Amino acid sequence: MTDAAGLPPPGLILVLGGLLLPLLRGAAPFVALALPLLTLAAIWAIPGDLSVSMPFMDGYTLTVLSWQPATAVFATIFALMAFAGALFAHPVTGLRSERGKRWRVELPAAFVYAGSAICVTFAGDILSLFIFWELMAIGSTVVVWSAGTHDAARSGLRYALVHFVGGVILMAGILAQVYALQSQGVADPLALSHFAFGAAGFDAMSFGPGQAAPWLILIGVLVNAAAPPLGSWLADAYPEASESGTVFLSAFTTKTAVYVLMLLFAGTELLIYVGLLMALYGIVYAILENDMRRILAYSIVNQVGFMVCGIGIGTAMALNGAAAHAFAHIIYKALLLMSAGSVLYMTGKRKCTDLGGLYHSMPITMVCGIVGALAISSFPLTSGFVTKSMINQAAADQHLALAWFVLTAASAGVFLHAGIKFPWFVFFQKDSGLRPPDPPWNMRAAMIFFAALCVLIGVPGVYQPLYAILPFPAEAGQTLYVPYTGAHVISQLQLLLFSGLAFFVLLPVLKRTLTITLDCDWCYRTLVPATWRHLIRPVVAALAEIRDGLIGGLPDDVKRFVYSPPQEGQYFREWGLGGAMITITGILFVYLVLTFTP
Amino acid sequence: MKLEDPRTIRLLWIVSLVVLALLVVADAFVEHHAHFGIDGGFGFHAWYGFAVCAGMVFFSKYVVGLLLKRRDTYYDD
Repeated sequence: MTDAAGLPPPGLILVLGGLLLPLLRGAAPFVALALPLLTLAAIWAIPGDLSVSMPFMDGYTLTVLSWQPATAVFATIFALMAFAGALFAHPVTGLRSERGKRWRVELPAAFVYAGSAICVTFAGDILSLFIFWELMAIGSTVVVWSAGTHDAARSGLRYALVHFVGGVILMAGILAQVYALQSQGVADPLALSHFAFGAAGFDAMSFGPGQAAPWLILIGVLVNAAAPPLGSWLADAYPEASESGTVFLSAFTTKTAVYVLMLLFAGTELLIYVGLLMALYGIVYAILENDMRRILAYSIVNQVGFMVCGIGIGTAMALNGAAAHAFAHIIYKALLLMSAGSVLYMTGKRKCTDLGGLYHSMPITMVCGIVGALAISSFPLTSGFVTKSMINQAAADQHLALAWFVLTAASAGVFLHAGIKFPWFVFFQKDSGLRPPDPPWNMRAAMIFFAALCVLIGVPGVYQPLYAILPFPAEAGQTLYVPYTGAHVISQLQLLLFSGLAFFVLLPVLKRTLTITLDCDWCYRTLVPATWRHLIRPVVAALAEIRDGLIGGLPDDVKRFVYSPPQEGQYFREWGLGGAMITITGILFVYLVLTFTP
Repeated sequence: MKLEDPRTIRLLWIVSLVVLALLVVADAFVEHHAHFGIDGGFGFHAWYGFAVCAGMVFFSKYVVGLLLKRRDTYYDD
């Protein structure tokens, strides 16, 4: 490894550039298109053996720039995504228009978000990784809020709360591990190698003493991967962002979690089952959903499930598959959400029940949406075919029957819930009478760019550059994986087209209704407020009456000392320093008694 | 030729069913490497694809849907 002091990680170009954008006024939209390309160039200009470290506090080292096995593939696609997202969000109507005003908040936030994600992929120690991980949460929350609607404000707040709780759990795990390492006298306790629990044989299928750290870290990362029951924030928040905000959001949080899982938990068996659950959960919820962007949000969970399962399998083929699939997934998912976002932008409608027949007047949006739908379904000659099948192949190679049969079922289900359902209900189905034209040039250009990539990556031979940057590239003279065999093409086409047959045969059952499906966010959206309103508050009110009755009989001087009622207009009684000191002293006393050894 | 025309829809169904039949027939001309026995059978991916999709639709609609489906104004009320 060579050290080069002073070289910042390339993601900071986007983070700092994004923050400076508002100062550039009229030139900002064009600089915004250049920044991601500059970042991409910087990523590729960094020598493969470069590492940049700096001392931190007393005895720690922060490594803000280092190459991990999966850095190249994730950093590259994050930078490409930031470019396509900026192109899609480009304010063609001018910065003074409604959309332009929103852009001035959304795009800087999106660049902080995207740049932090790139910094996570270059982080060489757990603390740098955590800092940028949290910066992503801040950036993405502002992206949700920048939609400017009441629903986005509330949903964004829930999103932020879930992610900060996830961050606290992750930090607790990190601290527990650092503490354990320091107790053992390890010299550099922040190094990522000490956190590679998967490689160290962490068995998440059984919970034993001393396993708190890996469990807390795993849970913290799975919150961001949107694994149920921790992942309902995704379908709650993403569809509330603006048409361009959702495109950014779809790319970074869950895929950074995939990157970190790959780094820390490769081969952890539990992740196979978590991944399978995610793959099926996404399909079931998407089948029942009416909001076109929420359908696509659920299908993110479904697709990330494939990646998480691959990480659980943990072989070189499976990890290559997970990384390649993340690369392809970011492109086709953004494309699908650009297509849905264009429909939302041009019609103002987002429910399948209000849409239909748009193929009449939005041909480019329709064709690009269908290309994305074919790619997510892994049709031959699209990107999904040459990436996702590596994960299925790894399951077969390891003779994991449950994983293989569920992943194959989920592959058929993808075509059902996203591959056909989205284009069918939006562009065909019934004639809604809507005749909006295709969206402005920048949105069309972004869609065509990503649609072209979806097809190009799937073309025999053209996918080789992607295979070359995977975490475990082929040895010289060896072939990494051969997706195009007669048997694979025929079996994949059978699986998908018969899934399509099931869709059209069962169309009456799939008819959309004005409904939502309750998810785990129901707990903090309904259960907790209702418990407060109907249970805790009445009990507290009843106790207050008992208190007043008891205190009422005391002399005034004593009463003032024991209890001072809240002033008019206050929700809470102010608690003096004396009370706090007494409580802390009490806690310290209890701690001393419990931990005292003579 | 408009897509809403019943004749177009009929034609699309006929073409699709022919393609599906040809795909199953094509299984006879490729060699599948079975990993679990059943997955190498004739037309496995065809019937498996159809069956699991039908299963997932019915499970979503009549199990999860019945339990967890609410009006889309549920959280607004």
